[in-house]
Amino acid sequence: MTATLEHVFHDEWGRVLAGLIGFLGDFELAEEAAQEAFVAAAERWPRDGTPANPRAWLVTTARNRAIDRIRRDRTLAAKLQLLDVRVTTEDVVDETTIPDERLELVFTCCHPALALDAQVALTLRTLGGLRTDEIARAFLVPEATMAKRLVRAKRKIAAAGIPFRVPPAHLLPDRLAAVLAVVYLIFNEGYGGRGELAAEAIRLGRALAELMPDEPEVRGMLALMLINDARREARFSDGAVVLLHEQDRSLWDLDQIDSGRDELDRGLALGGRGPYVVQAALAALHADEPPDWVEIAALYGELARLTGSPVVELNRAVALAETGQVEAALALVERLDLDGYHYLHATRGELLRRLDRVAEARGAFERALELVHSDAERRLLEGRLAELEG
Amino acid sequence: MKYMLLIHQGTTPTPGTDAWENLSQEEQNEVYAAYQELNQTPGFTPGVQMREPETATTVRVEGGETLTTDGPFVAVKEALGGYCFFEADDLDAAIELAARIPAARMGGAVEVRPIAE
Repeated sequence: MTATLEHVFHDEWGRVLAGLIGFLGDFELAEEAAQEAFVAAAERWPRDGTPANPRAWLVTTARNRAIDRIRRDRTLAAKLQLLDVRVTTEDVVDETTIPDERLELVFTCCHPALALDAQVALTLRTLGGLRTDEIARAFLVPEATMAKRLVRAKRKIAAAGIPFRVPPAHLLPDRLAAVLAVVYLIFNEGYGGRGELAAEAIRLGRALAELMPDEPEVRGMLALMLINDARREARFSDGAVVLLHEQDRSLWDLDQIDSGRDELDRGLALGGRGPYVVQAALAALHADEPPDWVEIAALYGELARLTGSPVVELNRAVALAETGQVEAALALVERLDLDGYHYLHATRGELLRRLDRVAEARGAFERALELVHSDAERRLLEGRLAELEG
Repeated sequence: MKYMLLIHQGTTPTPGTDAWENLSQEEQNEVYAAYQELNQTPGFTPGVQMREPETATTVRVEGGETLTTDGPFVAVKEALGGYCFFEADDLDAAIELAARIPAARMGGAVEVRPIAE
């Protein structure tokens, strides 16, 4: 397949599939039909030329395939009746009559009645257009396991009556939070190293921002992803994690940081003060040279109030230390109930080192080393310990 | 869509128990009122009332022999305590109804199961 064709497919898959599910009311049938249409396009377009309106071509072809399939399947007679009515009114598909139902689709895929790993897989498959084997590879599970997960999720949607719609106002805040959690989880999987997932999450974030332009938290999450992702190249050096203030800024994608700041400004202008907007504001402040640690510490305080998370408090302690309040930072760290978390001990070690309590610092770094799993983090800690000896 | 709602009382105080007697009159009234409202919800069909799980006998057959054990199939706390039916447009409506069943907020849980049609 040519690169441009693949590009069109990646861009169009989510919209075409969403429209088909809305039209057919059946996830599995819609996916099969969409797949057939894309296969047909891969055969014909290179030979006959790309149609003037690729999306309309794909939708029409997929609809026709689905209708053929239903006609062949006598047991679906009731559905056929329903379709006949709609087919006569929607015979000719043109761009303007294809509703964009990706939002309905994302809320269905991220329904809390589905397990989180199924929500993630389904979102990547349907909206992201990733193939099952690609998703399986990204999450390090066998392809058969991932295929089973997807099939089970689609069956549950049909059997349990999970609706294909944007939730009504009284459910929307919770459901939107679930959607954002899925996209952000995909981003974090990518941030940990698998870059294609981070790019995919940003693409999903952009689509959400386009579909829900007035939701500040959507802007906040997109901003957060853009700014963090822009520093990707600088985050590792020789297989070791590089802390933010030691990163080579020439490796940062400054244009992307700027577009992250633009999204953040939109979120703030919409009155956003939710956890994603605050995290994005923190990411933006961290990118400043020099960072405003007083402001950063205050924002971590706000985020801790919003989330009740001790990990956020730990970050607040780091910011406090940067403002010069090392003793206060250490007192805060020692109040936190995070004994199994290596960052707590690494932070404690760093604070103790700054207070010249070398023996205690060594103990803290050693405890952190016992708990750390990632090799890149381990190298960073070993570096710190070596500095302490020197 | 038709759903069956399986009510697991968990630690929910139920009438006839000491825990129930320890509830205030107001709390007891709230439970009765909640069930009354459920009964008046269009699409709702109550199930029959079951005696407490401790009164259950569990039966299985092994090698042609009928074996009985005292008590429910699962632990008492996890046992089915009641059920009802709800006809609704979709799962969201059934979840909202399930959340109004007192056991869901008083120490138990409600399982929402679609009925094969």
